[in-house]
Amino acid sequence: MDFASYAIDLVAVLLLALGMKGLAKVRTARSANGLAALAMGLAVVGLLLQLQPGPTAWLWIAAGTAAGGIAGLITAQRVPMTAMPETVALFNGCGGMASLLVALGVALFQNEQADLVARISIVISVFVGAITFSGSIVAMAKLQGWLDTPDWTQSSLRHGLNISLAVACLAAGLALPADPAGWPLWGLVLASTLLGIGVTLPIGGADMPVVISLLNSYSGVAAAAAGFVVGSQLLIVAGAMVGAAGLILTQVMCTAMNRSLVSVLFGGALGAKAGGSVGGGGDEAGYTRIVSCSPEECAMALESAERVVFVPGYGLAVAQAQHALRELAKLLEANGAEVTYAIHPVAGRMPGHMNVLLAEADVPYEQLVEMDTINPEFPRTDVVIVLGANDVVNPDAKTDPSSPLYGMPVLEVDQARQVFVVKRSLGAGYAGIANALFELPQTAMVFGDAKAVLQQLCTELRSQGVGTKTPVAA
Amino acid sequence: MSSLSQALWVLLLGSLLGLELIGKVPPTLHTPLMSGANAISGITVLASLTLIAQADGNGALLMLGGLSLGFALFNVIGGFLVTDRMLAMFGGRKTKGAS
Repeated sequence: MDFASYAIDLVAVLLLALGMKGLAKVRTARSANGLAALAMGLAVVGLLLQLQPGPTAWLWIAAGTAAGGIAGLITAQRVPMTAMPETVALFNGCGGMASLLVALGVALFQNEQADLVARISIVISVFVGAITFSGSIVAMAKLQGWLDTPDWTQSSLRHGLNISLAVACLAAGLALPADPAGWPLWGLVLASTLLGIGVTLPIGGADMPVVISLLNSYSGVAAAAAGFVVGSQLLIVAGAMVGAAGLILTQVMCTAMNRSLVSVLFGGALGAKAGGSVGGGGDEAGYTRIVSCSPEECAMALESAERVVFVPGYGLAVAQAQHALRELAKLLEANGAEVTYAIHPVAGRMPGHMNVLLAEADVPYEQLVEMDTINPEFPRTDVVIVLGANDVVNPDAKTDPSSPLYGMPVLEVDQARQVFVVKRSLGAGYAGIANALFELPQTAMVFGDAKAVLQQLCTELRSQGVGTKTPVAA
Repeated sequence: MSSLSQALWVLLLGSLLGLELIGKVPPTLHTPLMSGANAISGITVLASLTLIAQADGNGALLMLGGLSLGFALFNVIGGFLVTDRMLAMFGGRKTKGAS
């Protein structure tokens, strides 16, 4: 390795580290992302200069680059913001697959050159790469709603199954260094892939973001192992960095959701413990004191309200109602009301997801208020409108120690004078748990699709002359 | 085995660096940060490129390398672009810290 390559690698590592650091701050995040991308490009150019690939090699490099690059470009542009967690899972799975394939290639065709260290690294790379891949794909499929949580995965049977798979991985992994291209390799690929599925499948949808973050950390580990396999220090350092940072991020997310990593990984789906239906929704969860009201009544309450807080949840995003919500908020502001949005740390499908979705609808950043800031404000709030959020406004989390949500920080909307919950039906929330908020005397349910209801509210308010007296301010 | 001990030092220091880099993250940024870190983990492209360049005309190896390069680049390019798309929405307006 000559001096120039060393210098390029060092600069690339430095820029990657700076990029990662900058990504954790609002002001610098975007340029930091660019910086990390630049560092990656630099590392690739540096490596190509050093490797001097032949003409056939260039052909395959071009083919791989074109296929992966175009697919990545199209996916990144087309995917809706609501599907962001799934998308990250998909990308992550492919990263794991890449590490797996590199290790396979070396194990099958270059094993004479591979010393013991490289062979051990192959084991790690195959194992972690395969788990990352299959786990990420399962996570994606569950978030997309393509996969349910099968009942058998909630029994303790799954621990036995996963332990046997882990033992199989260990056996194959121990046998592999002596026989790198034989049965242990394929056994390891198979057992690790199944283990990734077996571990991810029982986890409930609400916990999926944590799993994705953890798998993201794994793909860093897989990359570092691939670095040992091909002998690239840059790969080792970058992989280790992502692996460690991913672990911290996973921990931060767990804290935000008031869950421990162990209970996420081994506890099964949240609703299962409550005896509710898992992932099914649908059932009416035994509510007895539900008051429902029409959009007209809701509009009347809004017209006289001075302080309105919206609580947006994933249901809002699914209904693509962010823009209708922004429209309604503008009308209310023109009517002299103070409008804010209460953002729970895990609103949407993962921390920060809702901020992205509302930013897309041009909601001013200053109106998004985080939980700790808004909770003391609820007692002096006239009207709260809950849109497609459920578990994050469940008062049981504070008062009922038997609730599976107990201890989770929630938005204290039950303190407000009047609460309207816009919901399609009385189905249980994502975690499959009944919501005590719905039965409170100050709560009224407005049944319907979030977007349709919001549009009706706008029409109703306009017909009462709201927003026409003063021109709508931007 | 000096190259091994060197590689292990690199592994150790890289991990420590990763642990230090991310301290407090505002919840707003969890999603983009995860997505950005995910793009960086696509650094496996380097291993894919090495595999292709050292394939020595072995067709199966070239194909594995090409496939792996495709997957890794899908991760890298898609990851960085999608992160940028998310972060672009926070930009443009005045952002006073994490409020």
